[in-house]
Amino acid sequence: QCVTTLEGHENEVKSVAWAPSGTLLATCSRDKSVWVWEVDEEEEYECVSVLNSHTQDVKHVVWHPNQELLASASYDDTVKLYHEEEDDWVCCATLEGHESTVWSMAFDRSGERLASCSDDKTVRIWRRYKPGNEEGVACSGTDPTWKCVCNLSGYHTRTIYDVAWCHLTGALATACGDDAIRVFEESAVFAAALLLLLCHNSPGRAVTLHCSASVLRTSVEAEPSRKKRPRVSFSRHMSLMARAVFPVSFLE
Amino acid sequence: GRLSSALDIIRTIRDPEKPNTLEELEVVTESCVEVHEIGEDEYLVIIRFTPTVPHCSLATLIGLCLRIKLQRCLPFRHKLEIYISEGTHSTEEDINKQINDKERVAAAMENPNLREIVEQCVTEPD
Repeated sequence: QCVTTLEGHENEVKSVAWAPSGTLLATCSRDKSVWVWEVDEEEEYECVSVLNSHTQDVKHVVWHPNQELLASASYDDTVKLYHEEEDDWVCCATLEGHESTVWSMAFDRSGERLASCSDDKTVRIWRRYKPGNEEGVACSGTDPTWKCVCNLSGYHTRTIYDVAWCHLTGALATACGDDAIRVFEESAVFAAALLLLLCHNSPGRAVTLHCSASVLRTSVEAEPSRKKRPRVSFSRHMSLMARAVFPVSFLE
Repeated sequence: GRLSSALDIIRTIRDPEKPNTLEELEVVTESCVEVHEIGEDEYLVIIRFTPTVPHCSLATLIGLCLRIKLQRCLPFRHKLEIYISEGTHSTEEDINKQINDKERVAAAMENPNLREIVEQCVTEPD
């Protein structure tokens, strides 16, 4: 049952996200803005901030796993971070580096790292450095700095629309315009693409993939189904990332 | 083959402003189409068109017409990239980005005025 309709954005709303506290809702829109809404005990919603930091459409918003820190991805090629400072929401960091639209982002379990994916066919990993950090990364004032520590390029052949970071296993999954889902596991430098799954509308074939033990600890079986897209069953943690896919080949 | 399918589809698209086809105005030519195999029965089609005037909105509109007609008419599985041919426009990066962003394209086609123009440009005369 729809309890409320929140109006205000002047163009399509592209993404919504709940903060871990459950009292804040973030939204973003093609109107270039990010809105933060607060809900009280009576389930009344109030817009507490309209953030106009981006210069182009905002594609996605995501909250930090345990802090009231908000991230947004935009057609302006940047990721911006926001938090509340003295009762006002402000943009506290801008992550520059992508060469085209950033479509989505995901924090890791600790919230110390953020993965962003882009039309530039790369995934970038950013790490937060607090003032006075051991690594000697410069910070301005009391705000942490976010630095790009990894650039996963050369794996994707088209725009990467979404990225998800498993809080259980640390694996990173990407959704790409080339019809493939890629799963990355962190080695010393986040270097290897370990599994390539392709979705096709073609009729199913029975395929059994036995993946290397360090990656999935399981085998993945695909069986043709009556529907166009054959179903694949995954182990418990892989099901967090994908459903109904049809593996055509895989990289070990 | 596939290249000529693509060319046949785009050559008859009408210019949004002038009563001519894109081929007549040399906005598209044989050499502006590239086709690459990217999978089993799937091809990447790249179009590089030359707008007649350096006017932003017209170039974007032509790009939109190219995308819509090819999406509808190409008889094989494909991925499509549309670009302004290099050096022919001052804001070509901006235009290229727009016409290859699926949300921007969808939003443009939801605009009734733009949609009307596109439909007129891509519809084959009886």
